[in-house]
Amino acid sequence: MSEGEMTRLKEEVEEKKKLISTLRNKPWRMRRRLECLKDAQQFVEKFEGALGKGKGRKLYAFKVMMTKKWIKFNRDFENFKTACIPWERKIKEVESHFGSSVASYFLFLRWMYGMNLVLFGFVFGLVVIPEVLMGLPYGSIPRKTVPRDEQAKAMDFSVLFEFGGYCKYSFLFYGYYNNQRTIGLLQFRLPLSYLLVGVGSFGYSLMVVIRTMAKNSNEGGDGAEEGDFTFAWKMFTSWDYLIGNSETADNKFASITTSFKESIVDEQENQKDENIHLRRFLRVLANLLILCSLGGSGYLIYYVVKRSQTYANMDEDELSWFEKNEVEFVMSLLGLVCPPLFETIAELEEYHPRIALKWQLGRIFALFLGNLYTFLFALFDEVNAKLEREETIKNATIWAMKEHYSNFSELNNSTAITPLSINPADVMRGPCWETAVGIEFMKLTVSDIQVTYLTILFGDFLRALAVRFLNYCWCWDLEAGFPSYAEFDISGNVLGLIFNQGMIWMGAFYAPGLVGLNVLRLLTSMYFQCWAVMTCNVPHERVFKASKSNNFYMGLLLLILFLSMLPVVYTIMTLPPSFDCGPFSGKQKMYDVIIETIDKDLPAFLGTLFTYAANPGLIIPAVLLMVLAIYYLNSVSKAYKHANNELRKKMQMQRDEEKNRRNNKDSTNQVMKDLEDLLPKKSPISASAKENAEVRSELGDKPSKVSQKPGAVATGRGVNLQRDVSLAMANPRMAVTRPPGPRGPSALPGNTLQVPGGRGRGRGQNPRR
Amino acid sequence: MGNKQTVFTAQQLDAYQDSNPQPMAVPWSRLFHRYRDLAPQLVPLDYTSKPDVKLPYELIGSMPELKDNPFRQRIAEVFSEDGEGNMTLDDFLDMFSVLSEMAPRDLKAYYAFKIYDFNNDDYICKADLEKTLNKLTRSELTAEEVRMVCEKVMDEADLDNDGRLSLEDFQHMIIRAPDFLRCSMHHIHLTSGTSYHCKRLCAASPGQMWAS
Repeated sequence: MSEGEMTRLKEEVEEKKKLISTLRNKPWRMRRRLECLKDAQQFVEKFEGALGKGKGRKLYAFKVMMTKKWIKFNRDFENFKTACIPWERKIKEVESHFGSSVASYFLFLRWMYGMNLVLFGFVFGLVVIPEVLMGLPYGSIPRKTVPRDEQAKAMDFSVLFEFGGYCKYSFLFYGYYNNQRTIGLLQFRLPLSYLLVGVGSFGYSLMVVIRTMAKNSNEGGDGAEEGDFTFAWKMFTSWDYLIGNSETADNKFASITTSFKESIVDEQENQKDENIHLRRFLRVLANLLILCSLGGSGYLIYYVVKRSQTYANMDEDELSWFEKNEVEFVMSLLGLVCPPLFETIAELEEYHPRIALKWQLGRIFALFLGNLYTFLFALFDEVNAKLEREETIKNATIWAMKEHYSNFSELNNSTAITPLSINPADVMRGPCWETAVGIEFMKLTVSDIQVTYLTILFGDFLRALAVRFLNYCWCWDLEAGFPSYAEFDISGNVLGLIFNQGMIWMGAFYAPGLVGLNVLRLLTSMYFQCWAVMTCNVPHERVFKASKSNNFYMGLLLLILFLSMLPVVYTIMTLPPSFDCGPFSGKQKMYDVIIETIDKDLPAFLGTLFTYAANPGLIIPAVLLMVLAIYYLNSVSKAYKHANNELRKKMQMQRDEEKNRRNNKDSTNQVMKDLEDLLPKKSPISASAKENAEVRSELGDKPSKVSQKPGAVATGRGVNLQRDVSLAMANPRMAVTRPPGPRGPSALPGNTLQVPGGRGRGRGQNPRR
Repeated sequence: MGNKQTVFTAQQLDAYQDSNPQPMAVPWSRLFHRYRDLAPQLVPLDYTSKPDVKLPYELIGSMPELKDNPFRQRIAEVFSEDGEGNMTLDDFLDMFSVLSEMAPRDLKAYYAFKIYDFNNDDYICKADLEKTLNKLTRSELTAEEVRMVCEKVMDEADLDNDGRLSLEDFQHMIIRAPDFLRCSMHHIHLTSGTSYHCKRLCAASPGQMWAS
């Protein structure tokens, strides 16, 4: 076979291969696809061998076989991965009953579960397991032992429930970890690993959230405004194909009908704003009320936290359970009471439901944020207090040690001093502020879990039971009127999930066990909430879609991620670690462990490299460069948006023109005919015909280019446009814009450029010269 | 799973997988058994000889995924070879693979267009729109309202202004719809295949929903 034939054959084989791989996207019948596949595969098999003849055929055949095996392996792996997704059937069942908006909450929950599982894997595998397996056991050093005065009550359930006693001195909290630089046979560097895992969980979470956001925004509606296709979308996309239940189908029919009627009424009604002043006044009033309640809640938390500080100074036994847990109780209560309060007040405002939902979400977000940061400031006060106490205790221990040494040398008259041997339970302990912070976060998470589950149980389940069974003997219809069955509150639940995750991120550095607790919580939440939704809730009545809010929630999550990273990074950088507990004890700052690793473990040149890299002279230009890059990307994206808008306007203009043209065809045609008589008759027809042919062939390209898009069928489109072109020939409206000038040779390419409206439009290509 | 006689040859399975847009969210054998369960006496267990079996539309339309769908007849007609709604196994697999959530948007848009084109003339004209609307609302709207809605839809979506929606118009409009991906069914209940026993305390009376 000659070279030319070989290359041609190779091209054909490549084409067939491409056909095979794109076969799945073609809108053909299955039978046709199978036949085409068979043909293509036979062709490829027949000639692939031929191509390989004489040139390392065996190697080629081997490569082909390996590729086939690899493709098969990939496909099996994809199948396996899809089959492994947990809870798929459960979520689909919820979806078929409640629609996809409720199911989106469960999808979000599942996504969170996956992310937390990975974080748990990091923390557990790189921090907890090494310390437990290779570190010193419980009871060997002071930080790992319950102090003598607490030992009596260390096993009590109430103490354990408060995360005191044995819980406090276990691997769940920061204080348990030893500060030995390397442990075990493998010389595992635990302090370094602790710090890197702490920072790395933020990095991983950031990456995952941004990747999901990017994926969502690619799928989402690109560019079309909301009001563009209201009726068309309502007609073609309102039916939820996931519904598999006749009751839900009935509801769906009803809501679709209602939605159409509402849109029709909207459309028919004029925009008469009856009494706009009253509406404005009501809106201002509503915002005032809500600001007041936000301020009130902030003050309440502040007051309670201040009180808890005085309680902390009192003896623990004198306080009731309520007083000990006041802060968490008040925070949960506010989280329960305020959102419905905001919703009631918001009814004054009379916004469109979608806008009202956004306001509601914003207000709840502000509420939770205020609560969180008040809590943090309170915690911070506590930390500072502990730091002061630590100073005194540290001095006391140093003093005691010095005393022991001086006494020893005095009494025994020798310079060899044996170190003090005290039972670890008796050693004087510092207050260990990190463990205290970790305990606070654990308690907050636990109380949050309790509140959520109790709300579901009482708010939904008992209510449903009451409505169902009391209905038989009640004066009014409980199911239709008050209180009726509960609807699933999507936004409240999603926000709760997001804020809990924020707390986990904040607390995970101080309490490695927190991530494990969260994984357990999410797991049980999934089953519990699925059951609760199916048993106690009814589908929503309103049909409006908050469908673009998927990225909205991800955006909130991102914001919370940054906000929860701040306190942790601050403490790592500025606060000194406790002197006697945790993996960084004995150091000035927590990040010193990195500097130590660079000095001792890495080769010398890396150390100098890092010193150079940390030079402000290098960092400032790098930061400047990043700022410039951001500015550049921002302006590029603005330019794209602008271009997009222009194109859209152009399209709109085109449509309007076309509409006008059709409407005015009769009137303007006469004008054109008259003009034609006036102008010189130097073969305008042939020139225009030639130009028509050019432009038509150009147009002929356009439809086929457009139809190259996957899935589009390219048959009837081009014909339509060409018909339009021929129509345009009889009625070019733009001729009057230019006076008849000297007629140049019409075959020059430049002429078509002078057609007003540009080549792309291809209409009115009959410039009168 | 036990001993099952081979329903398909390995080659057939591979061919099906290669021509299918989705990774196996649902194993083919399950889909085949769903198909067979509709009419066990008609569908042989052994497909290696590629028998020519068609299930009538009434059986397809009674599947739980489709029986509440107002467009089930059109769906069956679009995916069936003879255009009447009688589906072979190939058609059945085709239908589920396009309606699954992993099919690409453009493919879905193409088939959605065909489903809504009641008179099969490759355009969605006003009559098609009216039929669609009536199916969606179970003819609850008045004739005046129907006319108004159809006019609005035509106004919004008809780009080349020929009074009917071509595939291009339809695709341009539907690709941007945020809810378009909900037009898919992926919960093929493979074990029960029958009713959804919702263990709900509240068998909500229809009155509650309609009174609003």
